[in-house]
Amino acid sequence: MASHAHGDNYINCEKGLWSWLTTVDHKRIGLLYMITVMTFFLIGGIMALLLRLELFAPNAVQGVGGVLKDGNVYNQVMTYHGAIMVFMVIIPGIPAILGNFFLPLQIGAKDVAFPRINLLSWYCLMAGATLALLTLFFNKVDTGWTFYTPYSIRTGASTVLMVLGAFIMGMSSILTGLNFIVTVHKLRAPGMTMHRMPLFVWALYATAIIQMLATPVLAITLLLLAAERLFGVGVFDPKLGGDPVLFQHFFWFYSHPAVYIMVIPAMGVVSELITTFSRKVIFGYTAIAYSSLGIAAVSFFVWGHHMFVSGQSETAGIVFSFLTMLVGVPTAIKMFNWVATMYKGSISFDTPMLYALGFLFLFAIGGVTGIMLATLPINVHFHDTYFVVSHFHYVMVGGTLMSLMGGFFYWFPKMFGKMYSDSMARMSFVFTFIGFNVTFFPQFILGAMGMPRRYFDYIPAFEQLNKISTVGSWLIGIGFVIALITIIQGLRKGEKAPANPWGSKTLEWTVQSPPPHHNFDVEPVVTGGPYEYR
Amino acid sequence: MMWFNLAKAQSFMPSQATEIAKQVDNLYGFLLIISLISCVIVIGGMIYFVFKYKRKTANDKTAYISHSTALEFLWSFIPLVIFLFVFAWGWYVYHQMRAMPQNALEINVLGKQWAWEIEYKNGYKAVNEIVVPINTDVKLLMTSSDVLHSFFVPSFRIKQDVIPGRYTAVWFNADKLGEFHIFCAEYCGTTHSGMIGRLKVVSLEDFNKYLEEGQEEGALPLAKRGEKLFALKACASCHSTDSDAVKVGPSLFKKFGAESVMDDGSKVKVDENHLRESILEPNKHIVKGFPKGVMPTFQGQLNENELNALVEYIKEMK
Ligand code: HEC
Ligand SMILES: [Cu+2]
Ligand SMILES: [Cu+2]
Repeated sequence: MASHAHGDNYINCEKGLWSWLTTVDHKRIGLLYMITVMTFFLIGGIMALLLRLELFAPNAVQGVGGVLKDGNVYNQVMTYHGAIMVFMVIIPGIPAILGNFFLPLQIGAKDVAFPRINLLSWYCLMAGATLALLTLFFNKVDTGWTFYTPYSIRTGASTVLMVLGAFIMGMSSILTGLNFIVTVHKLRAPGMTMHRMPLFVWALYATAIIQMLATPVLAITLLLLAAERLFGVGVFDPKLGGDPVLFQHFFWFYSHPAVYIMVIPAMGVVSELITTFSRKVIFGYTAIAYSSLGIAAVSFFVWGHHMFVSGQSETAGIVFSFLTMLVGVPTAIKMFNWVATMYKGSISFDTPMLYALGFLFLFAIGGVTGIMLATLPINVHFHDTYFVVSHFHYVMVGGTLMSLMGGFFYWFPKMFGKMYSDSMARMSFVFTFIGFNVTFFPQFILGAMGMPRRYFDYIPAFEQLNKISTVGSWLIGIGFVIALITIIQGLRKGEKAPANPWGSKTLEWTVQSPPPHHNFDVEPVVTGGPYEYR
Repeated sequence: MMWFNLAKAQSFMPSQATEIAKQVDNLYGFLLIISLISCVIVIGGMIYFVFKYKRKTANDKTAYISHSTALEFLWSFIPLVIFLFVFAWGWYVYHQMRAMPQNALEINVLGKQWAWEIEYKNGYKAVNEIVVPINTDVKLLMTSSDVLHSFFVPSFRIKQDVIPGRYTAVWFNADKLGEFHIFCAEYCGTTHSGMIGRLKVVSLEDFNKYLEEGQEEGALPLAKRGEKLFALKACASCHSTDSDAVKVGPSLFKKFGAESVMDDGSKVKVDENHLRESILEPNKHIVKGFPKGVMPTFQGQLNENELNALVEYIKEMK
C-alpha cells in the first residue's frame, strides 16, 4: 500500500474524473462499463416502453393510443431499441462489467493480462456507441437491428454510420475476449489449476473464444454492407448482381454465436449464485464447465436455423435443425445440474438467489420454446412472429438480464463495500419477474395466432393480448426503477459490508470490501476447488 | 384502414385450413405436452427443493455431493432422444411442405412495398387478394420487385420469404372454404404491418367464374404476353420455339423441366430460376457448345411482370 497514500481501496486510492478516464485498473474499468451500460439500458428501456405503448391498441396511429407520430417513427424506435439492447447492453453486460471486475479476483490475479487494452476496449465501445447514436441527428435508421439487405441498402444513408458504429463496438468485444483468454491462461495464482477455476471464469473463457472467432465475421459483413452503400459494390443487392440471402448467412454466422456471448456468462453467474446460496458444492462441475465449451463449439454451426423460410435449400434446413437440437443438450444438462445442486442444500432467499431462481424459471421456458423453434415445420409457422420475439426475450432478458441483476446484487457489497436494502431489492425482483411474464407470455400466444413481428399496427383480433403485454411492460419499468433507487440508496447510505457477507468460498471474498488497489496484498495460494462447502 | 374479419383468429391458434396445418398442430401439441412435463420437472423440482431445504440456522451443514455419472448420463441421454425424435417428426412434415406437387394450379405473386400483386395464367391481375379453388394443389411462384417480404398465411401454417432477383415458391391445398389473412412477415419498411392481403378459398365453379370475369376485362393471358415479348425483344431470332433446331442460341422447345449442360460440364435443371438467370445474366453460366457474350443481357430492360410472362411462355413450349 505504500505507493498509495490516499486510501486503502481501489475507489479512494486516486481521485478525480481524470483518474477514472485514464485508469487501467480492471475494477475501475468494470465500473466505467457499468455506468455506460446502465445509461444505454435506460435509453433502450424507455424505447421499449414507447413501443409497447404504441401497441396498446390497434389503429393507434390515427386513434387515441398513438404515442408515436407514425409507422416510420415506430420502425426507428424498434431499430434503436434492438441495436442498443444487443450491441450496447446485453453483449458487453456481464463480461465487461462483472467479468472485468471479478475474473482477475476469482483467479487470484492482480489485473487482466493487458490492462491498457482493457481500457482501449471501453473507449471502443464508447466511440462505436457515439457513432451509432449520432445517426439520431441525421435520418434515423429504420432497418431493424439485423440490417437485412437489400432494405438496408435502399433506406436512409445513415445506416452506414450505424453499421460502422456496430463495427467499432465489435472491436471492443474482440479486445475484451482476447484479454480474458490470455488472463485465464497466464495469470492464475499458484495452485489455481483450470479445474479449480470458478464456473463464472469458465463461462467467461468460453464466451471469450466466441467473441474472438465470431465477431470478425460480423465486422467483415458490416464493412461489406458499408462498401456496398458507399461504392456500389454488388455483394448483396440483386440489382447489382448480388445475393441478399448471402447477407443473412454472414450475419447469423456471427449473430447466432452472439446469442451465446450473451447467455453463457449468465449461466456462469447463476452457477456462482446457486452454490453460494445453497451453501453447497456445485453438482457436476466438469459437466457445467465443459458444456460451456461444447455450446461454444456447436454454436458456430447452427446459424441456418434463422433462415428456414429464407429460401435456403431443404437439405440445409434439415441439417441446421438437427445441429440446433444438439445444442439443446448441453443447455439441458446445465439446468439439471443447477437444480440438483439445491438438493440437500441450505437454501436462503437473499435477493441474488431470487434472481437466480427467476433465471431458472424463465430460462426453462426460453429453452423449451427454443426446441419448438428448432423443429422445422413449427418454425415455418412461428418464424418472424411474436413467438420468436417472446422466445428471445425469455432467453435474453429472462436469462441474461435476470442473472446480470442477480450477479450485481451478489457482488454489490464487494464492489462498493456497502450493503443495499434487501427488502427493496426483493421488491424490484418481484415486479420485474411478474411484469416480465405478464409482458412476454401473451406474446407466445400472439405469435401462435400469427401476429408477425415488427408491426406497428395489427388486426383487432390481436388486441386483448397486446393490451395485457403493454400493462406488463409497466410492471417491469417499475421493477427497474425500484432497483435503481435501491442501488443509489445503498451507495449513499448503505451499511458497511463485511469481506464475505454471503459465506462464499471463491477468492474474491477473501479480500476486503471494496478490494484494495492491487487486489491481493499477499498472492493467494490455492489448495482446493472453488466450492468447498463441507 | 381495411381490416378483414377472420372468423377464427380470435381462438388460440388460427383455424386449420389445410391438411399440413393439422399435421403441424399435431406436432405442436406434442411439443407443448413434452415442454410442460419438462418445465414441471425443472421448475417443480426447483420449487420443491427451495422449500424443503430452506436454510434453518446460520451454520447449516450440507451434503457434499459433487456429481453422479449415472444421473448425468441419464439427463443428457433422455433429452437427446426426445430432441432427435422431434427433429425426425419435423423433418417428415417439413418435407411435405417443401415437395412441390406436380400439375398444381400456378399463380404468380409479386411482393412490393407494400402490396401483393397477383397474376393468374389467364392474365387476370389482382392486388392483395388471391382466390383459389378448394381441394386443389396451388403453387405460388413468388418474387419481389424491391426488398425482402415474406408470404405468410397463418391458417395454412405456411410462410416463405419473397426475394428480389429470384423466384421462391410455396404450395398448399386448402380444404376449407372461407377467407384467410395473408401477412407480410419479413420487415420491409414503413407500412410493413399494413401489407395484408386475403386469401379466398371458393368452390371450383366460383373460381372459374371469378377468372372468366377477370378475362372479360381484356387482359392477355400470361403466356400470350410472353409470346409477344419474345418476338418484340428479338429472342425469336436466336431461339427456336417449336423444334429442336439450333439457331444462334439453343432451342427452348421442351426445355423446361429438362436438363441443360453448361460449358464447365455441370448439369442444371431448367426451372424458373434458371430461366430467370439465363435472361438477366446470360454470361453467368454458358450453355455448352455456345459462345459467351452472344446473348445480350436483359437486366434492367424487363420488369418483373414481363419476366414472369416470358418465363411462362417458355414453360409452355411443349
Ligand atoms: C443474339 C442472340 C440471342 C438473343 C437475342 C437471345 N438469346 Fe438467349 N441465348 C443465346 C445464346 C447464344 C445462348 C447460349 C449461351 C448462354 O448460355 O448464354 C442463350 C441461352 C438462353 C437460355 C438458356 C438455355 C439453356 O439451355 O439453359 C435461355 C433460357 C434464353 N437464352 C432465353 C432468351 C430469351 C427469353 C431471350 C429474349 C428476351 C433471349 N434468350 C435472347 C442467344 C440469344
Ligand atoms: Cu440462433
Ligand atoms: Cu413486410
